[in-house]
Amino acid sequence: MAAFILKRLAIGLATLVLASIVVFSVMEILPGDPALLMLGMNATDEALAVLRNQMGLNDPVHLRYLAWVAGMLVGDFGNSYTYSTPVIELIGERAVVSLPLATISLALSTLIAIPVGMFAAARRGRIADTSVMGVTQLGVAIPNFWFALLLIYVFAVWLRLVPAGGFPGWGGGVWPGIRSLFLPAVALALPQAAILARVTRSAMLEVLGEDYIRTARAKGMPRRIVLWRHALRNAMIPVLTIMGLQFAFLLAGTIIIENVFYLPGLGRLVFQAITQRDLIVVEGVVMLLVASVVIVNLAVDLTYALVDPRLRSRA
Amino acid sequence: MTVETHLPDAQRHWLRLALANRSFLTGLIITALIAAMALISFVWTPYDVTNLVVADRMKGLSAQHWFGTDHFGRDIFSMIMVGSRNSIAVAFVAVGIGMGIGVPLGCWAAARGGLVDEALMRFNDLVFAFPALLSAVMITAIFGPGAVNAIIAIGIFNVPVFARVARAGALALWPREYILAARAAGKGKALITVEHILPNIASMLLVQGTIQFALGILAEAGLSYLGLGAQPPMPSWGRMLFDAQTRMMVAPHLAIFPGLAIVITVLGLNLLGDGLRDVLDPRLRRER
Amino acid sequence: MSLLEIENLALDIGGTPILRDIDLTIKAGEVMGLVGESGSGKSMTALTVMKLLPNAAKARGRVTFDGIDILAAPEQAMNQLRGDDIGMVFQEPMTALNPVKTIGEQVAEGIRWHTGASRADAEARARAILDRVGLPESKFPLTRYPHELSGGQRQRVVIAIACALRPKLLIADEPTTALDVVLQAQILELLRDLVDENRMGLLLISHDLAVVTDMADRVTIMRDGAVMESGETARTLSEQKHPYTRQLAQASVHVPERAAAPDTSRDLLLKVSGVTRDYPLRRASLFGAPRHFRAVDGVSLMLNRGQSKALVGRSGCGKSTLARLILALDRPTSGSIRFDGEELTGRSENELKPARRNMQVVFQDPYGSFNPRHKVERLVAEPLHLLDPQPGPAERREKVAEALVNVGMQPSDMDKYPHEFSGGQRQRLSIARAIITRPRLIVADEPVSALDVSIRAQILDLFADLNQRLGVAYLFITHDLTVARAITDEVLVMHDGRIVEEGDTGRVFDAPRSDAARALVEAAPDLQRAIARRLAAAG
Repeated sequence: MAAFILKRLAIGLATLVLASIVVFSVMEILPGDPALLMLGMNATDEALAVLRNQMGLNDPVHLRYLAWVAGMLVGDFGNSYTYSTPVIELIGERAVVSLPLATISLALSTLIAIPVGMFAAARRGRIADTSVMGVTQLGVAIPNFWFALLLIYVFAVWLRLVPAGGFPGWGGGVWPGIRSLFLPAVALALPQAAILARVTRSAMLEVLGEDYIRTARAKGMPRRIVLWRHALRNAMIPVLTIMGLQFAFLLAGTIIIENVFYLPGLGRLVFQAITQRDLIVVEGVVMLLVASVVIVNLAVDLTYALVDPRLRSRA
Repeated sequence: MTVETHLPDAQRHWLRLALANRSFLTGLIITALIAAMALISFVWTPYDVTNLVVADRMKGLSAQHWFGTDHFGRDIFSMIMVGSRNSIAVAFVAVGIGMGIGVPLGCWAAARGGLVDEALMRFNDLVFAFPALLSAVMITAIFGPGAVNAIIAIGIFNVPVFARVARAGALALWPREYILAARAAGKGKALITVEHILPNIASMLLVQGTIQFALGILAEAGLSYLGLGAQPPMPSWGRMLFDAQTRMMVAPHLAIFPGLAIVITVLGLNLLGDGLRDVLDPRLRRER
Repeated sequence: MSLLEIENLALDIGGTPILRDIDLTIKAGEVMGLVGESGSGKSMTALTVMKLLPNAAKARGRVTFDGIDILAAPEQAMNQLRGDDIGMVFQEPMTALNPVKTIGEQVAEGIRWHTGASRADAEARARAILDRVGLPESKFPLTRYPHELSGGQRQRVVIAIACALRPKLLIADEPTTALDVVLQAQILELLRDLVDENRMGLLLISHDLAVVTDMADRVTIMRDGAVMESGETARTLSEQKHPYTRQLAQASVHVPERAAAPDTSRDLLLKVSGVTRDYPLRRASLFGAPRHFRAVDGVSLMLNRGQSKALVGRSGCGKSTLARLILALDRPTSGSIRFDGEELTGRSENELKPARRNMQVVFQDPYGSFNPRHKVERLVAEPLHLLDPQPGPAERREKVAEALVNVGMQPSDMDKYPHEFSGGQRQRLSIARAIITRPRLIVADEPVSALDVSIRAQILDLFADLNQRLGVAYLFITHDLTVARAITDEVLVMHDGRIVEEGDTGRVFDAPRSDAARALVEAAPDLQRAIARRLAAAG
């Protein structure tokens, strides 16, 4: 068990280091002089030179890389060129939008998908199964931003139940915030739920064909009890894998969805930073997102070990 | 005597199964229709999509303009036709890149094992750590927006997917007795991969190919929506949705039809993939 | 009244007839042996009694258990019966247990369900039955998971589950087929004791006539979904009235005709000296030294031209690993392998070509031995790759045709796909592929284990015939002593990676000297001995 955790940790760490090198290199080869960007086109050469020295832009590449990584480790992501504030503060402001958004949609999608998938698997081949699977087939095909537009049209424009976009902040209480995150969360969650429900169903069907299900039935256990006690836990492994991958999709999904709903979250921040060439912000936010993907996948790996004793004892 | 009798037994069997499979048939018809639409658009569209007719702007549905017109007075139906070219081309080439690089990588890793395999797995971890769309946004931002860069961005993320599928399939085949027999017949790993491994994982790759094709269409639409895909005046489904968003209060049809085009195309491809899997995987076939 | 009465049972699955006119009765405390080759419908008969048939199955006729009409019983009534009055043991112990639940949970589950006992009571009863099936608490606490147990131990857990509530009827569907002979003997003994202790009826399903003769009071012999003959074991098998019974019995003890052991001209073909193969294990701790599993441990052996030698041993003793080392499909950790005077170890694939031309292989599984996408011509011709210069297309077809004729197939078969052939025919194709380069040695890894007895007899004849006609030497790897006795002159007994005994096949099996050989010989089922014992017991 300990060896398993350590190995997973080592792989996660290695992935993070590689990712940081990739991100740093990409930013290095990007055209554009940060100092020039900060001071504007009319800056004098001397002012530029001074600033470049201050920013360490004249240091050798590997030193700048190490300084960048060391800074991130203590929470110093540098200063944004366009906002002239520390990147960490920007991230903090935006995370209070993106984090709840991602959490709500992940929870929503899981809570819908797993029961639906189990329900369909238990009724394989019957009308309930075919119709539920038809709906998920449609759900998989719908782009989330189009779904978002339809939701806005129906719930915001037509029924006027929720705001069409924007975010009031948490200062005015929890409810207005949740209200404005509701549609974006649904738009993100439902297409993911469709995928997850299909995965759950096929994992359950696979498990239901196993010999040990027959053993349990030969004990006299009714089909329904066998489904819950014996099948579900074995079917969780592929489901967890997909949930881990979906988290990355969800993070990426926030880039589009936050744009659709004009939400001031991390996705929108990174998108704007890229178009404005605010490289320090891009570097920081990208690393943060990559780190959260790595951490979530690590958590998924550890959950495997909880679900499957074979992994636990693998020394 | 029908033509079918000339086919080898195995193939005739396959054909019969395929035509009896509803998902496969529906998916095939939808995909064929979309492909036909894209091809026809090269020679004919109801209206010229580069022709702006301001007098006709934001018209609703009519006999002249089946799906209405946009804010420049262009015919939506014609734009969807032309836009399909872009979606299909981007997704198709991106799948090609993924297969072309990923499959040899996966087969190589499975054949060699050891360090090569470990390196491939770590590379996969690395690519999967970057949310795909985020990196696509970065790539298109670095090299500038446009269809070609969208292809590269989406293609890169198909590489580990195909590498993984090919590797898993190949790893399951290597201990098989017929592979051992081929080794006992003195065949090298490369030759065995070409003669025995690839033909037997081809169906798996084909199924994955249709899935990635569908995901590619969705991803391209997302990038175009953000303004990073095909550039105006070339119409694209994602861009049409972006243009529609601010005008949705007055003209919801602007958003409906491009979205439906995406949904139907992706649905068709997914059905085709599901059907293919049912037909090609004898283990699942028995369950129906 | 009998405990189980099956009358006139017919079964079809999705319109395909599977069973017809089945009659079978079992009295309380009686052991009924159900024998048949693959596809005879014996497992489906058992699943009908349990009512665990696939959804598309339709059964007609009458199945009465303890006065209850099974075919008409609702699912809820069946749930009461299953696991309480009828227990079932399956063939594959490796997959029969839920990998994520402890053995204690899995045994106690049925007890709690049927008796409503508290968790502690159910666990106490589970403990007792696990002790009874030979899994004592000291080594097998309830908290063990299935993956921590070997195949034989897992089968004991499955038996514990089935017998926990002392059912009136136990159904055992090929309970020992996946186990080696020594484990088979132990499990059969356990089943016999449990049946005697509790006066259970036992329906023992097996393809092995010897096993059934040993165990059953009465036998029912099935073929193609119908009962051929049934009756008291001793009489049925000694008289062999029904032609199919006779055919089965003769095939089970078939010995191919072979000329006297060819004058082994002391012409050495294969010499293995001190070969060892270690496989790395996962480390116990991150900082501990890497550990190894020694699959083959300092093995030396010799094989002469035209000689037929058996390599026998329990599963996991390293015999298949040794075969791979000899075939140069795996590299030894140390030691040397010389074939035809050439050293094989450490050679490149190119340098191995001449040796490979003279050394071919036949595997166990007639279904997994061929790439399903290629035609027979291409499959059988595969080793021609080793010839230099490569034969042209016409010569290639000629050679394939010759090889097919040699194994009793038609030249026209070369344009077919492997799925068009039966298991026995495929094994002939495997042999055709092995002899196409006219090798001096064929390594055969359990080549008849997956075949039904009547097919097995034919394939053994073919091996004997090729040995005579082509002078090819065999290294026969098998766990089945009957096969070794039938086809080889000398035998090597392998145990825990080492050769523990070798010598003349008849001598070793009649008077084994090592413990390992003795255990194998004692456990091996033998039809003639079993019949003799039955007759003696009947008086």
